[in-house]
Amino acid sequence: MKLRIVVTLKPGVLDPQGKAIEHALAGLGFGGVAGVRAGRIFELDVADDTSDAAVDEMCRKLLANTVIENYRVERQP
Amino acid sequence: MKAAVVVFPGSNCDRDLAVAIRDVTGTAPTMVWHGDSELPDGLGLIALPGGFSYGDYLRCGAISARSPIMRAVVEQAGRGVPVLGVCNGFQVLTEAGLLPGALMRNAGLDFVCRDVPLTVATADSRFTNGYQAGETISIPVAHHDGNYFADAATLDRLEGEGRVAFRYAEDVNGSARGIAGILNEAGNVLGMMPHPERRIEAAHGGTDGRRLFDGLLAAVG
Repeated sequence: MKLRIVVTLKPGVLDPQGKAIEHALAGLGFGGVAGVRAGRIFELDVADDTSDAAVDEMCRKLLANTVIENYRVERQP
Repeated sequence: MKAAVVVFPGSNCDRDLAVAIRDVTGTAPTMVWHGDSELPDGLGLIALPGGFSYGDYLRCGAISARSPIMRAVVEQAGRGVPVLGVCNGFQVLTEAGLLPGALMRNAGLDFVCRDVPLTVATADSRFTNGYQAGETISIPVAHHDGNYFADAATLDRLEGEGRVAFRYAEDVNGSARGIAGILNEAGNVLGMMPHPERRIEAAHGGTDGRRLFDGLLAAVG
């Protein structure tokens, strides 16, 4: 089973990397970009019987820092 | 004073920290590999060094914080053994849950490597009793991710309980409320981004960092 885990900074947490990318887009002449948030994607190949609880624990214990980050798990077909 | 310095893969300040501790205490610290699961007994200091453990690949300090040795560090910290985390070591302490908050990318996005003026926010701890509260000292920083973040309630609690140890006297990295170093609730764990081990002797350009180790030695014996 393939999982995609998307980790992003929580709303309200300053994202300097996202800001720099936003400024670069504006510099390229793209108007109307009101905000950019940078994040990180993990693609995991796990055993089919891996439980939701185990995946959740992987996220909370290592993949995301829940002080500053949110995560969401997407199951890949 | 018996001390231990934990060695993580990739750390590059472990030797600097060991030399500083040896110079101040007269005893070379035990170097403990991150994959070990036990620390020596009777330690007066456990030190987590700076320097890009595991290449900071996941988040700064995240992988080190899950190393086998960290269970022993958490256990000894719980028993009151002093623990000092410098730079990446501070990041490891937050990732391990021994200190609140998180260290994020510097607000200016630059790697900052220079001497910075710090204000000593409290002299009432075993790490800072060699200073005067309110005093300005100079200690170098060298980091890309030193932007301290915590929610407002946590920041209020840190300030209210006198757990902010050092503040930047000028904006260095965007840290919340200028925080450069914090203590845990019991006062035996200090995490700080500046490098006191790089200000030990006059040839380093000053000895303001030495006073931290001197103060700890005086408090711990």
